[in-house]
Amino acid sequence: MPTTWAELLDLGDREPVAGDVAPAAAAEPKERRGIFRRLRESLATSREALGAELSSSLFETLDTEAWEQLEEALIMADVGARTTAEVVGRLEAEVESGRVEGGEAARARLVELLADLASSGRGTIDLRPSPAVVLVVGVNGTGKTTSVGKLAWHLQKEAGLSVMLAAADTYRAAAVEQLGTWAERAGCEIVKAETGQDAGAVVFDAISAAEARGSDVVLIDTAGRLHTRNDLMEELAKVRRVIDKRIGRGPAETLIVVDATTGQNGLRQAKVFSDAVEVTGVVLTKLDGTAKGGIALAIAGELGIPVKLIGVGEGIEDLRPFDAREFSAALVGE
Amino acid sequence: MFDQLSERLQGTLSDLRSRGKLTEADVDKAMREIRLALLEADVNFKVTKKFVADVREQAIGSGVLESLDPGQMVVKVVNEQLAELMGGSGRELVFASKAPTVILMAGLQGSGKTTATAKLAKHLRGEDKAVGVAACDTQRPAAVEQLTKLGEQAGATVYAQGTDRDPVDIAEWALGQARAEGLDVLIIDTAGRLHIDQELMDQLAEIKKRTKPHDVLLVVDAMTGQDAVNVAEQFAEATEFDGVLMSKLDGDARGGAALSVKAVTGKPILYVSTGEKLEQLERFHPDRMAQRILGMGDVLSLIEKAEKDLDTSEAEELERKMRQDQFTLDDFLKQLKQVRKMGPLTSVLGMVPGMGKAMKELRNADLDDRELDRLEAMILSMTPEERANPDVIRGSRRRRIAAGSGTNVQAVKQLTKQFDQMRKMMKMMASGKMPSPESMIRGQLGTRRR
Repeated sequence: MPTTWAELLDLGDREPVAGDVAPAAAAEPKERRGIFRRLRESLATSREALGAELSSSLFETLDTEAWEQLEEALIMADVGARTTAEVVGRLEAEVESGRVEGGEAARARLVELLADLASSGRGTIDLRPSPAVVLVVGVNGTGKTTSVGKLAWHLQKEAGLSVMLAAADTYRAAAVEQLGTWAERAGCEIVKAETGQDAGAVVFDAISAAEARGSDVVLIDTAGRLHTRNDLMEELAKVRRVIDKRIGRGPAETLIVVDATTGQNGLRQAKVFSDAVEVTGVVLTKLDGTAKGGIALAIAGELGIPVKLIGVGEGIEDLRPFDAREFSAALVGE
Repeated sequence: MFDQLSERLQGTLSDLRSRGKLTEADVDKAMREIRLALLEADVNFKVTKKFVADVREQAIGSGVLESLDPGQMVVKVVNEQLAELMGGSGRELVFASKAPTVILMAGLQGSGKTTATAKLAKHLRGEDKAVGVAACDTQRPAAVEQLTKLGEQAGATVYAQGTDRDPVDIAEWALGQARAEGLDVLIIDTAGRLHIDQELMDQLAEIKKRTKPHDVLLVVDAMTGQDAVNVAEQFAEATEFDGVLMSKLDGDARGGAALSVKAVTGKPILYVSTGEKLEQLERFHPDRMAQRILGMGDVLSLIEKAEKDLDTSEAEELERKMRQDQFTLDDFLKQLKQVRKMGPLTSVLGMVPGMGKAMKELRNADLDDRELDRLEAMILSMTPEERANPDVIRGSRRRRIAAGSGTNVQAVKQLTKQFDQMRKMMKMMASGKMPSPESMIRGQLGTRRR
C-alpha cells in the first residue's frame, strides 16, 4: 500500500520532476502552519475520540463486555454493523484459539485486520497513459470540486505533471466559477462549460485541449448527484462513454469522493457509482473533523475499492496519500 | 425517503402482526431485528440502545402480550416511540412581531446550506412573505455567486458584498437593508465550518450576537453517520440552534441522523429538503413521518398539499364530469396539470397509504415526470374534436398526433386505450365500486416497463 506521493502516483515511463508551482502559502496566506503538525492534529482528533471509547485496559481483559465495547466503538466510527461483526468475530476467534495472545498483540492484530481491509484492490493512481484521464464523481456536497483543485496542485508539485481541468459540473449554480478559482490557485489550465451545457461536450473539449497542448493529465470535475437519480447516473455513464470514444479507452482512474461523515449510505453510493462508471478508488474527505470515516473500511472490504487519497483540511496542500496502517491505528487508538 | 429503514421495520413488524399470540421471545427477536435496522440506518448507537429498551419494556410490560391483537399493539408502540424520537408533534418557525424575522443557517461544509437557504426563501415566498437572503459565505469559492443565482430564482432579494468583507459585517449590513426595505424575512447563509474549528465557531456566535436571529437552523445532511450527534452537540453549544433542516433526504439514505439529532440535543427537525429543485422543501411532521416509515402513508400532508396547490372549483368541476361520464381528454389534461403543480410525481405518490410498494415498482419502471411531458404533448397535438371524442382517432390521425408530439403511433394508441380504461374505472367509482388506489394510478399513468 503506497503511503507517499511518489509511491501513490504510477507515472509509467514519465520522469518525475520537481514541479514548478505556486507555493501553497501564496495561495492560502493564512494557512502557513506546518503540514505535519496539522496532520498530527487532525488525526489526533479521531484518535482522541475513539481512544476514549477503547481504553487501554479493554485489551487486557478481553471478556464478553470488552468485545461488545470494541464492536460499539467500531459501529460508532461508521464501520457498519456487518463489517464490524466480521472483524471483531475474526479477532475473537484468533484470541480464543490462542493464535493471538495478550492485550498488546490483540490490539496490533486488530490494526492489522482493519488495515488489510482498507488496502483491498490496486492502491496506486494510474497516470501512465498520455493524457491520463481522471474522472471524479460523487454525491452532492462531499467535496469533489475542492478535491479536484487540490489534486491538480499536488500532481504538478509532486511529479511536475501538467494538468488540464475540465469543469463538467454544469448543473450547480457557480460550480464552474468555484473550480475556476481552484485552477488559478493551482496555476493550471481549465476548460469551462456554461451552466446547463452538456457535460460530455465539455469533457470532449478538455481532452482535445489537453492533447493540443500536450498536457499530462485531464482532471474531470462532475456535478454532484444522488446515486438514486437514474437519469443523472445515466448522464454520468454517458460522460464515460464520451471519454471511451474520444481516446479509445476508459478513464485511467475514476475516483469517488466520499465525505468522512457519511454513514452506511456510503456503501450504496460506492456500489451504484461503481456499477455506472467502474470506480477505481475513494477520496475520503473532511477527515479533519471528528468523523472517523469508518465507512471507507466497509467500502474497501465489501466492494474492493481502496481509499487512495484523504482530505484533511481546507488548504490546497491538505490532500495526501492514504496510509491504511496509520488510519487503522487512529481508529483503534494506538 | 427513509425507504430502506421503513422496509426493514415493515418486514419485521408484519411478521409480528401476522401472529395471533406473542411470547417474550418473539418480541426479543423482533427487537434484535429493529436494533440492526436502526444501526444500518445510521441511528446513533446510544439512541438505538435506548429506543430498543424502551419499546421492549412497553411491549412486554404493559399487558400488550395478553391483549387481543398483540402484534398490532407492538406496531402501535413502535410507531409512538418513533414519533417521540423524532420530536413529538413538531414545531414551527418563530416569526418576529416586528419584521424582519431573521433566520440564521449554519452547518458543516457540503451539508447543503446555500441550497437550503434558497429553498426556504422560495417556501416563504409561497406564503406571500417578502424574503431577503444574505450571502455571508465568503469562504468557499463562488458561494456568493451560487446564492445570488439561486436567490434570484427563488424570488428573494439578494444581499451580497463579495468575499472581501467580514461575514459579520455583511450580515449586519444585510439586516439594515432588509429593515429599510421592509422585508418580512431575512435568511442569512453562512460558510460551512467544522464544529471543532474554534475561530469559525466564534465567528458564527458573533453573527448571532449582532443579528439576533429569531431562528437558528442547523443544516444536517441526511446521509451523515454516527458523527451527526457530535456535530449537533457542538453547534448547539456555540449557537444554541433552534431546529434542524435535514437535507438530501431524496436519496436512499435511511435518515437515521435525523432520528438521533432530536434525541440527543432536544432540537426538533423543522424542514426536510428532498431534491434539487427549489420547491422541494417540506415541513417536517414527526408523527406523520413515523407513520410513513411504518408504511401507513401520510394522508394529512397530501391533503394539505392538495389544498395549497389545487384549484378547488376546477377540481369540483372535474369530479362532476367524472361522475356523469363526461370526462374528456381535455379534462384529463387539466387534471394532469393540477397533479403536477403539487411537485414531482414520486414525492406526491409517496404520501398515499399503501403506495410504498407500488412506488418502488413505479421507480423501477422509470416512471418520471418526462413521461407526463409526453402525455401532455400528445393531448396538445389533438384537435378539440379528438380530445372530446378520442374514438375518432384512427390511422392517419394517430400518425399526425405522433408526429406533432414527437412520439410514435404506439404511444398514441396506448394513450387512447388507457383513457378508455380510465373512463370505465370512473364509471365504476361513480357507481360505488372502488378499485384499489394502486391499480387506479397504474392505469392512469400507463406505467411502462423497460
